[in-house]
Amino acid sequence: MQITVTVNGIPCTREVEPRLLLIHFLRDELGLTGSHWGCDTSNCGACVVWLDDTPVKSCTVLAAMADGRRVLTVEGLGRAGRLDPVQEGFAACHGLQCGFCTPGMMMTARWLLDHHPDPSAEQIRAALSGQICRCTGYENIVRSVLWASRHEAGQHGAGQHEAGQHEAAAPRAAGPGAGETRGALP
Amino acid sequence: MTGAAEDLRGTACGGSAHGGSAHGGSAHGGSAYGSLPRKEDARFIRGKGTFVDDIQLPGMLHGAILRSPLAHARIVSVDTTAAQAHPQVEAVITGQMLAERGLAWMPTLSRDVQAVLATDKVRFQGQEVAFVVARDRYSARDALELISVEYEPLPPVIDAERALDPGAPVIRDDLPGKADNHIFDWEAGDQQATDAVFAVADVVVAQDMLYPRVHPAPLETCGAVADLDPVTGKLTLWSTSQAPHAHRTMYALIAGLPEHKIRVISPDIGGGFGNKVPLYPGYLCAIAGTMLTGRPVKWVEDRSENLMSTSFARDYHMHGEIAATADGRILGLRATVLADHGAFNATAQPSKFPAGFFHIFTGSYDLQAAHCQVTAVYTTKAPGGVAYACSFRITEAVYLVERMVDLLARELGMDPAELRMKNLLRPEQFPYTGPTGWEYDSGDYPRALRLAMEMAGYDELRREQARLRERGEYIGIGLSFFTEGVGAGPRGQMDILGLGMADGADLRVYPTGKAVLGISVQTQGQGHETTFAQIVAQELGISPEDVEVVHGDTDRTPFGLGTYGSRSTPVSGAATAMVARRVRERARIVAAAMLEVAPADLEWAGRRWQVRGDPDQARSMAEIAMAAHSALELPDGVEGHLDASMVYNPPNLTFPFGAYICVVGVDPGTGEVTVRRFIAVDDCGVRINPMIVEGQVHGGLADGVGMALMQAIVYDENGNCLGGSFMDYLLPTSAECPSWELGTTVTPSPHHPLGAKGVGESATVGSPAAVVNAVLDAISPFGVRHADMPLTPANVWSAIQGRPQRTDLAVT
Repeated sequence: MQITVTVNGIPCTREVEPRLLLIHFLRDELGLTGSHWGCDTSNCGACVVWLDDTPVKSCTVLAAMADGRRVLTVEGLGRAGRLDPVQEGFAACHGLQCGFCTPGMMMTARWLLDHHPDPSAEQIRAALSGQICRCTGYENIVRSVLWASRHEAGQHGAGQHEAGQHEAAAPRAAGPGAGETRGALP
Repeated sequence: MTGAAEDLRGTACGGSAHGGSAHGGSAHGGSAYGSLPRKEDARFIRGKGTFVDDIQLPGMLHGAILRSPLAHARIVSVDTTAAQAHPQVEAVITGQMLAERGLAWMPTLSRDVQAVLATDKVRFQGQEVAFVVARDRYSARDALELISVEYEPLPPVIDAERALDPGAPVIRDDLPGKADNHIFDWEAGDQQATDAVFAVADVVVAQDMLYPRVHPAPLETCGAVADLDPVTGKLTLWSTSQAPHAHRTMYALIAGLPEHKIRVISPDIGGGFGNKVPLYPGYLCAIAGTMLTGRPVKWVEDRSENLMSTSFARDYHMHGEIAATADGRILGLRATVLADHGAFNATAQPSKFPAGFFHIFTGSYDLQAAHCQVTAVYTTKAPGGVAYACSFRITEAVYLVERMVDLLARELGMDPAELRMKNLLRPEQFPYTGPTGWEYDSGDYPRALRLAMEMAGYDELRREQARLRERGEYIGIGLSFFTEGVGAGPRGQMDILGLGMADGADLRVYPTGKAVLGISVQTQGQGHETTFAQIVAQELGISPEDVEVVHGDTDRTPFGLGTYGSRSTPVSGAATAMVARRVRERARIVAAAMLEVAPADLEWAGRRWQVRGDPDQARSMAEIAMAAHSALELPDGVEGHLDASMVYNPPNLTFPFGAYICVVGVDPGTGEVTVRRFIAVDDCGVRINPMIVEGQVHGGLADGVGMALMQAIVYDENGNCLGGSFMDYLLPTSAECPSWELGTTVTPSPHHPLGAKGVGESATVGSPAAVVNAVLDAISPFGVRHADMPLTPANVWSAIQGRPQRTDLAVT
């Protein structure tokens, strides 16, 4: 079936199997590998992206369900080449170690700050409690989100992420199989 | 080396003082050490990391593994006809096909063998049976459904305590003459001396306890992309490996491939914790797939495959006995252990001792004699044993002694902190050789415990506990004191398949004074690109920004055995410091030629070589580097350039230690446990990047909460694994973890060039006992003496009712 999903502001039309998961659509079809797959059962949250204005676990959303809708991934965080304060906070406060859960954590944190600009540590813990980090013991993730809440310039918010902000956010143009990413390997 | 000891509460990243650039953004006091933000974060926060599943190659195929649904069964037939007919399938590989090439079995790191794909029997649920290679991920999975395997079911062996019963089904009938499920008996310590102190003791306390089977569950599962170049014959393998060089050698030995034609690349690794040390059948299947199809093959396991088939940890059934005088002087310790190793003895541990470092079980105490005896058995469960930040069984050892000390305190009516303080090794006893032969390098244990008690407000906590109990509220205060042994290691004690545990470091300094360091250890989140750059920067007097760290690629880095057992800083950190010092000495000769003085007339001034007594006469590393590559006339025997390489062979382990205090609340009506506070004082010697060290501790503390309260891989009576997803195998989230309270003491290692010790596993090793001791302290008014992990609400409630449960089996 053919679907069109607006990913990080760019409309992407692809022919997909009806059973294709959104996480595999993003990673394998569009080459946006920042979102990760970690559990299949909606427990770990490594795959969290926004569907329209809401964080979802993209391992349990079909790509077909995103047809005609907007998806925001970690590659689309930030604007005009500038990092989102959440991204800056994670780097400033050692909120990541292996980096695997980080994109999903940041997507949920961005949503939290859009709706609760000045959250308490307890609110942050509650917001992130559907996601798993195996490295940090969560302490520095909470501090990272607090840091971001104190460094917001008011320019961020749901729906304000513009199309094609910077190159890194753009899905790759061609479908899979062309092997065009080989040159990027170490 | 930072010689002076210091007590610190928290550091730069403590508490809510995370403002501004948080960790300062620069090194302090002219030193390159300090809480620098990490170099690697730039890519991860942008979603630009490169994990194995992110690799895409032209023409790449996808592999999937067919796994056994049964715990124990004879394979009657495997029919792959329908799968091979699937239009998207390129190849189907069976155990029989591998057997014809001598590849059906592979050696383990514990001198056993493990099936790559089963040929004769399956021996645990989830064991690898066949491998499908297809053009896409989904078709590979579809084709698994088309393979028909006829099994003849055999009775499983799920209870380690019944594995040696006469008549128990023999699991390993592939081993010649094997007629039982026994793997080894091993002992350490002095049995006679231990018997003697027990005979004169006023008090002896005994307890059975289980350290349940747990799984490290890194968020990224295991996987590989194998690509054999048909023209050059070179195999490139991207894989989730904590030890790429060791894996390369093992592939050469197993598959008969020439080692110089194998390149193992560990790209970004999404957590390891020991799970990614062993070789797994999937990696070899991917290699077989590329050899068979001539195209690159990717294999990435799913979460259930990860939990059900890759290395677990613990599963130690322990009996402890502790002997003491009536006034609380500990005299001796005994332990008898039954170890469940699963279907293959595949514990990925490098020691020459079958039970790893378990015999460090006397812990942090000054006692007279000790003896332990370990028996290991096969069961029809997944293989493994040490794969969870355990320092090769020190986790089990610390848990045993810390539970026994708490039980002794209760028997004596003493405060557990007072009993510990009375028996801790004293600073003047170091270096200290324990009753089972370990030589601890350095320590000041009472200082760490005092700091933890002060941070906790220990005496006031006890008073609060008493007040609350009068109101029917139950809080518990649990302590643990641990000594770790990390940095494998000395050749007399350990090797991997005969490979000694030295690690190399290569350091190149370019003409403009920028440096590139190649190391053999493999970060899985520990921040090596930052810490190791800081070490080089400190030794050469340049900025960490001017040092690039290369790792995770066997073609670009020197040989070494990888990262596990908290060995990166103890071994590779030492190699890095030593190679940088070698470069600095070469620079001295060049600087002397530049300044037209003798090298002996120069002194190192932190950032430059200068003439003694004449600081105006000096050359920086950048100036020296350019000169070293120039036409400058050098003394005879000096070739020019500054590059150097080094291999570091550790003379001993390093012995970090710590004092932990956990405060919990328990609802006796539901058995629910809430962790209210956790105070952790860690001493890992000199800290190169305190922010990273504290991050390591944070993660380990969450592990401790998880293992103590919720994590266990349980099997039912048919051998079904009940921990095969995150729905059933519970991991701690932000909701269960408190805000950690950290403290620091610094006791340098005397034998490490930087005075540093490893820290990656300290908190995972030390914290479970503190949580368990806290819970049992909370419910002691109900007469509960012991209950096994995980202390789930159901288990705690049952213990309060006087019916503690066995937590490793779900048998009706």
